[in-house]
Amino acid sequence: MLSYLVRRILQTVPIILAVAFLVFVMFSVIPGTFAASLSDDGRAIVDVTVVERMNKEFGLNDPLYVRFGKYVGQLAQFDLGMSFRTRQPVTKVLADRMWPTLQLSFAAMLFAIAIGVPLGFIAAMRSGSFVDTISMVVAVSGLSLPKFWLGLLLMYLFALVLGWLPSFGYGDGSLRYLILPSIALGVAPMALLARTTRAAVLDIMNADFVRTARAKGMSESRVVRWHLTRNALVLILTTVGLQFGTVIGQAVVVEKLFSWPGIGSLLVDSVTLRDIPVVQGAILAIVLFFLFVNTLVDVLCAVIDPRIKYT
Amino acid sequence: MKFGTNLMLGGALFAMVIIAGIFAPWLAHTDPVMAADLMYAEEPPGSAFWFGTDAQGRDIYSRVLYGARISLTVGIVSQLINTVIGVCLGLSAGYWGGWWDDFVNGLTNLMLAVPSLIFALAIMAILNPGLTSLLIALGLTNWSFTCRIARASALSLKSQGYVQAAKVLGYGDLRIMLTQLLPNMLGPIIVIGTLGMGGAVLAEATLSFLGLGIRPPFPSWGSMLSDAREQITTAPWISIFPGLAIFVTVLGLNLLGDGLRDILDPHSRSRRA
Repeated sequence: MLSYLVRRILQTVPIILAVAFLVFVMFSVIPGTFAASLSDDGRAIVDVTVVERMNKEFGLNDPLYVRFGKYVGQLAQFDLGMSFRTRQPVTKVLADRMWPTLQLSFAAMLFAIAIGVPLGFIAAMRSGSFVDTISMVVAVSGLSLPKFWLGLLLMYLFALVLGWLPSFGYGDGSLRYLILPSIALGVAPMALLARTTRAAVLDIMNADFVRTARAKGMSESRVVRWHLTRNALVLILTTVGLQFGTVIGQAVVVEKLFSWPGIGSLLVDSVTLRDIPVVQGAILAIVLFFLFVNTLVDVLCAVIDPRIKYT
Repeated sequence: MKFGTNLMLGGALFAMVIIAGIFAPWLAHTDPVMAADLMYAEEPPGSAFWFGTDAQGRDIYSRVLYGARISLTVGIVSQLINTVIGVCLGLSAGYWGGWWDDFVNGLTNLMLAVPSLIFALAIMAILNPGLTSLLIALGLTNWSFTCRIARASALSLKSQGYVQAAKVLGYGDLRIMLTQLLPNMLGPIIVIGTLGMGGAVLAEATLSFLGLGIRPPFPSWGSMLSDAREQITTAPWISIFPGLAIFVTVLGLNLLGDGLRDILDPHSRSRRA
């Protein structure tokens, strides 16, 4: 078990390195530096000597391979460089933004699981019924809704018309502020989970071992509890893991819409400002999180399902 | 849902959007960019302005119609690029195997490790906002599923008798791939392509909403929504119609994809998710 865990973790190392390399190369070929972009946007008039000094300060005049070497060296020490804009270490900037993003993603996934899994279960148990049709209509609609539009509508209805919840911002970090953005973010994974759960349960209901269990007179509630739920769990869990990563990626737009102070809104702002070290750091953080969750899910699946071998 | 309902409904919705896009110049009431009249700013929907007007007094109905052109162009073209990349890589990797297969596998795993929206966002950050950049950003970031399917199909098909026969007859690798393998894997690939098109339409709207896609004043549904945010209290209709247009388009494509899967990929019907 432990060796399986270690191996799974080691497998992610080349991917992390490749992503770091890709991100680094991509942002090194951009024409125009941060200093130059300051004057482009008319935010500040920067003269040539300042541009030169900034390039020197951030080592932007070195050749690409020297810069990548330095970057990897720093990365090994968990140093992501310094923000061009605020001159704070990127790790600190990211650390400040990490918690709100985690809060939002967890809340969204919680919403998705709490609604999606039961919905899929009920739909499968009453396959072909009115309930099934309705829940699948809900699911396909949920997958087609643009998150920022749903967010806008929620904002309009619950914050502006009804006045029940704050329209945007993080506030004091209380639950009231979390509800609308997490629903906007959670509807798509909810829809997908409902579909996956329904398909998984339908599949298992036709499996031989379920028919055998019924034939030997096992009560329906035991069949559901022991055979259906446990077997469906592996598929559901895998979907949850994959969706978690997607949610972290999609959080970008929801955070931006609700002015949520997370990694996603940091990423968008840094892209607009060409604050490259922060952009690189934010992308790496998102990818790391995505890999972490999926490794965790793989290990959990191996624990739940004895058929999965630790190889 | 009944067999065929998905296909009919999805096809109808998608056809509606295509018609709106193609015939926009005839269906629209005003020019989508130039016809701004502050005298009519933020007019609610009515007989003169079916969907109301925005803060600059432009007719939202006309802008939504023209927006279909951008969404459809991005959706169709970028997904075509994805499909071509995915099929070329997956098919050749599955057929040839060896180091090329390992390489393609590694690349696919890398693509799967980065959420595609983040990847597209990074590319848009490098290129300047605009249609071509969007096509590149969305065309390069969503081929991994197609690649996996093509690879898996190529692996299972290459040991089939007719492929072996073609080899004995002296067909070249390229000819075998194109004439023997490709036609037999088209079903699932068309399904994924259709669903991916919906994803691309959503991604375009998202990027434009974030200010990294199509820039105003051009009528992209995403950038229209981005503008509308400011007026949500005074003129909510500015937000409703472009969003509804995105929803209808993506819903149509998702239903169409589901419907096509029932017909083209019957093996997956029982495990349809």
